[in-house]
Amino acid sequence: MNLLDIPVLGLALQLLGYLVTVCTQNGTIILALTAPLAFGALCGVMCERSGVVNIGIEGTMLAAAFVGWFVASIASQAMPADPSPFFGATPGLVIGLLAAIVCGMLVSAILAWLAVTLRADQIIAGTIINIVAAGITGYFDVLFSTNPIPTAGKFEAFVPPSFLTDLPVVGWLFSALLNQGPITMSLIVVVIVMEVLLFRSRWGLRTRAVGEHPKAAETVGISVIRLRYQNVILGGVFAGLAGAWFTIDFGNSFVGGMTGGRGFIALAALIFGRWRPVGAFLASLLFATSIALGTAIRTTPPTGQLGTILGAIPEQFFAALPYIVTIVVLAGVVGRSVAPAADGQPYERESVS
Amino acid sequence: MLTDPALPAAAVLAPALEMRGITKRYPGVVANDNIDLTIAPGEIHALLGENGAGKSTLMNVLYGLARPDEGEILLDGQPVNIAGPSDAIARGISMVHQHFMLVPVFSVADNILLGAETMANRIFLDRNEARRRIRELGARFGFEIDPDEQVGRLSVGWQQRVEILKALYREARILVLDEPTATLTPQETKEIFVVLRRLRDQGHSIIFISHKLYEVLEIADRITVIRRGAVVGQRIPSETNEDDLATLMVGREVQLTVDRGESHPAAPMLRVEGLTVKDRGRDVVSDVSFEVRAGEIFGIAGVAGNGQDELVEVVSGLRRPTAGKVTVGDDDLTMAGTRVHHQRGVSLVPADRNRYGLVMSYPLTDNLVLTEYYAPPYSHGILRDDAAIRNRAIEAIKEFDIRTPSPDVTAGTLSGGNQQKVVIAREFDRPLRLLVLDQPTRGVDVGSVEFIHKEAIKKRDAGTAVLLVSAELDEVLEMSDRIGVMYRGHLVKIIDGRTANKEAVGLLMATGGREAAATPDAPHQEVGA
Amino acid sequence: MIARLRAQLLVPAGAIVLALIVGAVIIIVTSPLAVQKLDLSLPLATYWALVQGSLGSIDGIVDTLRAASPLILVGLAVALPFKAGLFNIGGQGQFLIGAVTAAWVGAALSGASPFVALPVAVLAGMLAGAAYGFIPGWLKAYTGAHEVVTTIMLNYIAMQIVSYLIQGPLKAPGASFARSADVGNSALPVIFQQTAGHPAHLGIIFPYIAAVLVWWLLYRTTIGFEIRTAGANPDAARYAGMRPRFLIVLTMVIAGLLVGLAGAGEILGVQGYMVAGYSTNVGFDAITVALLGRTHPFGVVLAGLLLGAMRAGAPLMQISAGIPVQMVDVLQGVILFFLTADIVVRWVFRIRAAGSGGPEKLATVSASSGGSTAK
Repeated sequence: MNLLDIPVLGLALQLLGYLVTVCTQNGTIILALTAPLAFGALCGVMCERSGVVNIGIEGTMLAAAFVGWFVASIASQAMPADPSPFFGATPGLVIGLLAAIVCGMLVSAILAWLAVTLRADQIIAGTIINIVAAGITGYFDVLFSTNPIPTAGKFEAFVPPSFLTDLPVVGWLFSALLNQGPITMSLIVVVIVMEVLLFRSRWGLRTRAVGEHPKAAETVGISVIRLRYQNVILGGVFAGLAGAWFTIDFGNSFVGGMTGGRGFIALAALIFGRWRPVGAFLASLLFATSIALGTAIRTTPPTGQLGTILGAIPEQFFAALPYIVTIVVLAGVVGRSVAPAADGQPYERESVS
Repeated sequence: MLTDPALPAAAVLAPALEMRGITKRYPGVVANDNIDLTIAPGEIHALLGENGAGKSTLMNVLYGLARPDEGEILLDGQPVNIAGPSDAIARGISMVHQHFMLVPVFSVADNILLGAETMANRIFLDRNEARRRIRELGARFGFEIDPDEQVGRLSVGWQQRVEILKALYREARILVLDEPTATLTPQETKEIFVVLRRLRDQGHSIIFISHKLYEVLEIADRITVIRRGAVVGQRIPSETNEDDLATLMVGREVQLTVDRGESHPAAPMLRVEGLTVKDRGRDVVSDVSFEVRAGEIFGIAGVAGNGQDELVEVVSGLRRPTAGKVTVGDDDLTMAGTRVHHQRGVSLVPADRNRYGLVMSYPLTDNLVLTEYYAPPYSHGILRDDAAIRNRAIEAIKEFDIRTPSPDVTAGTLSGGNQQKVVIAREFDRPLRLLVLDQPTRGVDVGSVEFIHKEAIKKRDAGTAVLLVSAELDEVLEMSDRIGVMYRGHLVKIIDGRTANKEAVGLLMATGGREAAATPDAPHQEVGA
Repeated sequence: MIARLRAQLLVPAGAIVLALIVGAVIIIVTSPLAVQKLDLSLPLATYWALVQGSLGSIDGIVDTLRAASPLILVGLAVALPFKAGLFNIGGQGQFLIGAVTAAWVGAALSGASPFVALPVAVLAGMLAGAAYGFIPGWLKAYTGAHEVVTTIMLNYIAMQIVSYLIQGPLKAPGASFARSADVGNSALPVIFQQTAGHPAHLGIIFPYIAAVLVWWLLYRTTIGFEIRTAGANPDAARYAGMRPRFLIVLTMVIAGLLVGLAGAGEILGVQGYMVAGYSTNVGFDAITVALLGRTHPFGVVLAGLLLGAMRAGAPLMQISAGIPVQMVDVLQGVILFFLTADIVVRWVFRIRAAGSGGPEKLATVSASSGGSTAK
């Protein structure tokens, strides 16, 4: 008797098998989709670990995406060159990448100024970043649509040697990890490095202290304000990378609003991942898989009864899936998870009078 | 003093620390008034005084958290200028705060490392070396500690040890301990004293800030008593006793503003039976029982932090107790919320009017109906009756002499005394069975203090049972017909207000009523670790 | 009283002025792209076109009122939760749900008597919006999930719901593109129209009624008192015996109700049907409106009219000055920025710090974030 013919269990097994197939077949794109989420979540980790809530990741990413694309395009015109063997990099693209990172840092610096120095409500400050970024990039997007400039193209994905990707069971893994553009490929390394630094370095210790008990840190001589600025701006580097992913790594042009809420999904990944870089990465992987799953079900649906069931579900449900998952995660996990204790509370220094 | 032959020989050397003529003024108050303090190397020096006497300010000056207006600080005979906590730490001064500055989710080692990190290289911490040094330090001072234990899971006594280790790790020569035994059990106190003596014997100087007389007498080599910002006496333990110290601490004269007259108490109105409140595993209120009769003022004296806050919260309905019963008249209000309490004739004037008393951004009109807005005459159904609310405000302003240009100004613009009058107008101005007053004259000008006291007495004479909780001993003595003293969550004694004398009550507040000869574990219940 | 009013108006006015200056700089810098030459006078032409397009003609005024209508309603739906310490960014989602429900019910009743069809369709939109506001409210009150993230997620989910419904069950047969059926008799009647294409439909008066009702609720009823107290001082609210969870849910439901009304108004008054790809930025515009109006219902009306005017004048701005309509988004964002960094406005215009209002009033919003419900 075929296992898959048992009513509920069979369906479950088939679903599981289907999921595995989707993941292995689409591993490359899933990891690529993880990149903006994970880098956005890393930005959030840096900020919230030191006590600053950053709702403006979405806007920061959007601004960086635009700036990266724009600067790369201008630079490519000024310095035309053939793509190098390293990820198809040209001077223009590299400059664009740097510009995206700097943009991320600048936007984050503004958030830090609003939240840490002005002690404005951090949620409002982040929302304003989102609104201003959307407005300005939308404006420029329209201008450039009517006055198009030659784009810089994008980084090319590295092509791993076929003896690796042709391996029987793990071949797809090599493909997924290595057949990527530079930003995606650097993701796992960055995640591991940040995890190690956060928990084993002096900077990491002080950062976490400032997010948990800023008063205690201040009494042993640590400047809470300086550390928060540093970490928020460091987070901006990651948001910049996330933004650049959209326009010069995964895609090659800028479309208004293209970040599509990823900055907020990144927040959910941050919470689900318990404010740890590795956790945030894994949570981002989960969300990216749900995004890919939707497309996969439409293009390569499963057979038989499972196929009928899944096919009957409207495609919009799968498009909405990451957002639904986010809400479920927040509702179920938030009550029990513990953020850095001083998260979101503006810090007022004891006046030395 | 330094050449006094009765002192240990070590004190004849140059003083480890000298604070000369330290004066620090804040708006409206002189926190430190020309204070001289000399600490020898290898000495435990106690700084004794009530809350608000100026001890914390003096230590903030020492630690660089405040700049003195006058005076100077000398370390080992050299004048120094202490710029801030890191500077103080670098100079060998370490402070163990009353409220621990520990990160609960960090390990012991991480808490100790923070700010004084032992590095393996430029980036990474050397936790192994840190662990080794911590264990060694612990052994040197007589205890074994696990550097990887999460601090939040440690008992208060052990957290105290971690704070001390923090100081030792930084090679502090002068340790300032601010109320170190405030949250320790008698047993833990004994153990910490062993550690402190070892520290002293190895040449460290310890400034031991406390209001607890017996402990000070037990551990200190010398005692400096501070009252109202000035030094009022210096003693050596062998040459003094509790009465002497208590008198120095609280003074002799009671400052009276009103004469409360005779009370005519009737039947008990408030009954508290076996009240226990647990917070974070500790008993902050421990098996407290007492009664307040209608027509009397029952005052609870005690140094702040001995369970009074939680007691008030339970009696007013803001908190549910872990065990015990609270009855007002015939109503069991143990588990009832604030609105039920209010409807049953219980009113509260809270200690923190910013939090529970007033909405600072609201006008006086709204503040005055905060507890009764939902019923006639202030509203009919869901519709507010603005005219009725406003009339009430106008009446209240006149009757309670609230100094304000109009009933529409926001509460935040009023002076402290007038703000308190608004709270009182709201809470007093109706028939009451029980009135709870928590620090009713804190932050209030002298004129308003007299007014508030007179109003409270009026309420008593009208038959209300009044529960007064105050850290101001003078206020308790002046107002109360009967006095209870809280110490470490227990109600240790109840005295008649007519015969109470200041030194005796001060003594109770600072000792919990123990006899000098009794061992530290004797009459008290062992509170949870 | 007048002095207090003046103090309240100074910072928003200053923020607008500074935003116009920043906008002018951006216009000048991008003039080579917009009009193919560097033009220093372009800002003046731009702003003048905005004024002309919105207030310079009867049609312009009608357009302003029509554009302001959803802005005011959704602005109220942001301002009211602010008063309770909540940040409702879900205007977009609540709007879409209200709109699609009105489109559905309206189409279903398109042949019925207008006296039945119209009120029922409007009501349906309002109730749907209320339900969509209930969800984040309940989540916040009972699970602690912060409304900022949940409402944004719900926005994206609503877009998918609309896409599915319009391309599926609600799809009008025989249409050349995916859209719902005409609402027929459920439409809001046009009460005034000078030129074709600039109709003033009945829904234009809803926001003003709503503003008065919200004002009445907040300042004349006990429930409004509780809402405001929960936002101003949650501890005092607790002492006064108010129930915070109930208030959170109630506030979000009322907010959803208002936004649902806005969505219904758009479909039943302006569009007549709904397309699958319907998009709106009203949720974020409304944040600017609410903050510019200092979260007071009448302030929201004024701010909504201002932003409505900007939106109405934008097409003329694009045609005559050559600046894309998105410049209004830019101006709006910059106004919002200066409202938050009001210290800059105060410094530039030498305004002394006011006693209340501004960032500290909204401090309770972020105090409730970060994960732990116990905060």
